[in-house]
Amino acid sequence: MARKIKIKAKEKDGVVTVKSIMNHPMETGQRKGKDGKKIPAHFISEIVVTANDEEVLNANWGPAVSKNPFISLAYNGAKGDVVKLTWKDNMGESESAETNVK
Amino acid sequence: MQGTVGAGAVMAAGSGLLSSPTLADGHGGGMAAAFEAENLDDALAALGGQAATESDQIKIKAPEIAENGAVVPVTVSTDIEGATEIAILVPENPAPMAAGFKLAANSVATASTRLKMGKTSDVIALVKAGDAVHMAKKEVKVTIGGCGG
Repeated sequence: MARKIKIKAKEKDGVVTVKSIMNHPMETGQRKGKDGKKIPAHFISEIVVTANDEEVLNANWGPAVSKNPFISLAYNGAKGDVVKLTWKDNMGESESAETNVK
Repeated sequence: MQGTVGAGAVMAAGSGLLSSPTLADGHGGGMAAAFEAENLDDALAALGGQAATESDQIKIKAPEIAENGAVVPVTVSTDIEGATEIAILVPENPAPMAAGFKLAANSVATASTRLKMGKTSDVIALVKAGDAVHMAKKEVKVTIGGCGG
C-alpha cells in the first residue's frame, strides 16, 4: 500500500532545509472505533534522512506525532545533493522518497 | 499503549532494513525505552534527563495557545555545541515521549514536527551534547484536545 511522501529541499547560505509531509494515519492505539474496540496503534516509528547516501537525521517517533506528519530539518550541504527520506512504521510498512536540493 | 512494546522491537529490527547508513549502535536503547514510559519521570530516566540542566540555548517554537490539540507545530533548535540528540516530550500525554531526533555530524541542530496534545501541557525539549543533557520547556494551552474518540 503506497503512501505518498511530499519532500522539498532548498539550499541557502550552505544550509539545506528539508521539509516533508508523509501520508500516514498515525493511530495512537488509544482511540475507540464505532464497535467500541480500540483501534490498534499504527504510527511511523522511525525516519532516516540521508543526503548523498550519508545520514543527516534519524528520528524515532511515538504515536504523539500528528496524523499525516510533517518533519523539517537542516544540514550543511549544497545544491544538487540527493536527499532521501525513508520511514518505517510499527506495522512494518515502509516508504521512501527522494529529491534534489534546489 | 498497546503495541509500543512491539514497536520497540520493530524499531530495533528495522534499523537494519533501512538500507541507508545508520548511526552505529545508536538505535533503540534510551529512546526506545522512553517511548514506553507512561509518566514523565520514567521517560526522563530512560533518556538520562533527570539531572538535565535548564538551558537558554535551547529554543522551543510552539504556539502559546493551540486551538487544535491534534496538530501542534513544534520546532526545537539549539546553539549548544556538539548536540547529538533532540527529544521532545509532552508530560500530560498518555506517553510523554513524543519524538526523538538523532543528529549526524553535518546536521544543523534544529528539528520540527507537529504533535498531538491531549490537553494543556508543557512541551519539554531535551538536548544531549556529549555526556550532558540540557532542557527547556514551554507551556502550550490546548483548547481542543487531540486524543478524541
